[in-house]
Amino acid sequence: MNNPYFDLLMWARGPGFDIALTIMIGGILLRVVEIVVLGRKKDFSKAKGSPIGQGIKTIFTRSVPRKGAMKEAPVTYIGGYVFHIGFAIAFLFLGAHIALVTELIGLSWPAANKALIETATAASVIALIALAWTRVKDPVRRALTRFDDWLVLVISGLPLVSGYIAVNQIFGDPTLMMALHILSAELLMIAFPFTKLMHAVTFAMARYYNGSIQGRKGAES
Amino acid sequence: MAVKPLLPDLMKAHGISRRGFLKYCATLTSAMALPPILAPKVAHALETTTRPSVIWLSFQECTGCTEAITRSHAPTIEDLIFNVISLDYHHTLQAASGDAAEHAREQAMKDNWGNYLVVVDGSIPIGNPGFSTIAGISNLDMLKETAEGAAAIVAVGTCAAYGGIPHANPNPTGAVSVSDIITDKPIINVPGCPPIPIVMTSVLAQFLTFGLDSIEVDKLGRPKAFFGETIHDRCYRRPFYDKGMFAEGFDDEGAREGWCLYKLGCKGPTTRSVCATVKWNGGTSFPIQSGHGCLGCTEPDFWDNGGFYKPLSVPAGEYRKLGLAAVAGGAALGVAGGAVGRANKARAARAHETVDAHDLEKKS
Repeated sequence: MNNPYFDLLMWARGPGFDIALTIMIGGILLRVVEIVVLGRKKDFSKAKGSPIGQGIKTIFTRSVPRKGAMKEAPVTYIGGYVFHIGFAIAFLFLGAHIALVTELIGLSWPAANKALIETATAASVIALIALAWTRVKDPVRRALTRFDDWLVLVISGLPLVSGYIAVNQIFGDPTLMMALHILSAELLMIAFPFTKLMHAVTFAMARYYNGSIQGRKGAES
Repeated sequence: MAVKPLLPDLMKAHGISRRGFLKYCATLTSAMALPPILAPKVAHALETTTRPSVIWLSFQECTGCTEAITRSHAPTIEDLIFNVISLDYHHTLQAASGDAAEHAREQAMKDNWGNYLVVVDGSIPIGNPGFSTIAGISNLDMLKETAEGAAAIVAVGTCAAYGGIPHANPNPTGAVSVSDIITDKPIINVPGCPPIPIVMTSVLAQFLTFGLDSIEVDKLGRPKAFFGETIHDRCYRRPFYDKGMFAEGFDDEGAREGWCLYKLGCKGPTTRSVCATVKWNGGTSFPIQSGHGCLGCTEPDFWDNGGFYKPLSVPAGEYRKLGLAAVAGGAALGVAGGAVGRANKARAARAHETVDAHDLEKKS
């Protein structure tokens, strides 16, 4: 006699995770290596400034909105911050997630309490909804939005929502909800290299390139 | 067939007071998650019921279930109830042996055809009937034969309920559960390795008092009164889980302070049982209280569910080898993709024709 919910959980923890991790790591490497191998056209001009210094600096300075941008698109910026910080807290400071990281790479750190994790989760989901709302409301953004954008919004939100339900046992069988939570995270892992989610890795490369181009020209970035 | 004595007569014979009996009924009523107002009904039902015949079949098992139900009870009143049920056949407990023992089973079946209760502990091997036999009868045949005249079957322990440890990978005997074989009789699963004794006796008492229909079971055939909530729901260490305070080892400060055992592989969040509230040995303790995570023994295939000491959130598969292969494969594909891209770029550059304003004018 089997418990189908447990079988699903074991599939998610076993073959499901293996498949997702393989696709994610393989996909990230494929894309990063491809970008590096493609390279950039060599710039023969003499550097007027410091391309490397400006490049590294830009990786960080681009995390702060440029002047006036906050007024122009407050929901995008504030929503973006709340989502990213909230997602990071929920992902990195829940005990069960730390156990996963410890198993994978051996690192460990103290877990946060339920109140912080759940506030962060709720704030992230609200931020996602606000971001989706601006995409619908603003005609320019609506015109720019593709299927990929909606897909990324939905699959980033699913692990947050399913995790909240699983931990608090709001509805459904706890084993089933835990399995669905893990599967939703695996969906995110699989989609990661092939969607805009890849920015979590390539943002540093892109910002460095932009910063170093400006740096070579002697401009601040 | 001799007239069976009623419970009050037996109580007197065992030196049990009526007050003690009523206290027991109240405990049982509470354990069954019934309103206290029904306690007199439990008492009345137990007082007026003749001892139902119970045939206890032990197949591929370790006798742990029997050990639990006997040792932890004597000399409490639960022991009396257990004795008061007319236990007509039980390998470990019966005095008779050989032909006489088998005769007792056949006689009980004949006398109570259609009304007796079959309790099974242990799984049934179907790989080869010869793997487990009793008096030359295979487990499979004995179960089928005995179940035919039964009113209901109670599968006691994880082996009888789901196949248990004999069913664990690679399952050399082809072990299966009772419900895999018997499909035309009501079966109540009381899983656990072993089940909590009061859960076993309460299920039997509820069956006697209110009948089979009163026992509400979940999808896995477990009485909801005892398997409705997870251990995590009722665990006294739950506040530490919520605060993010976990023991990282069995001998660290967290372990000594009684913090949550999730990271040490506790399966409480996915295990349904009343261990955390009813507890063991007369309410003394339960595994988590003694410092070890829950193994999840009331759930199917608990033996194969990813390791006892791995947290539930941790992958249980061969991800390391695959991860390394993905690193190598991804990098190789990336190099190939980059090379193709460069080749395309070079080809495009070669095919590039310069165009000036005159050319454009000519073409238009």
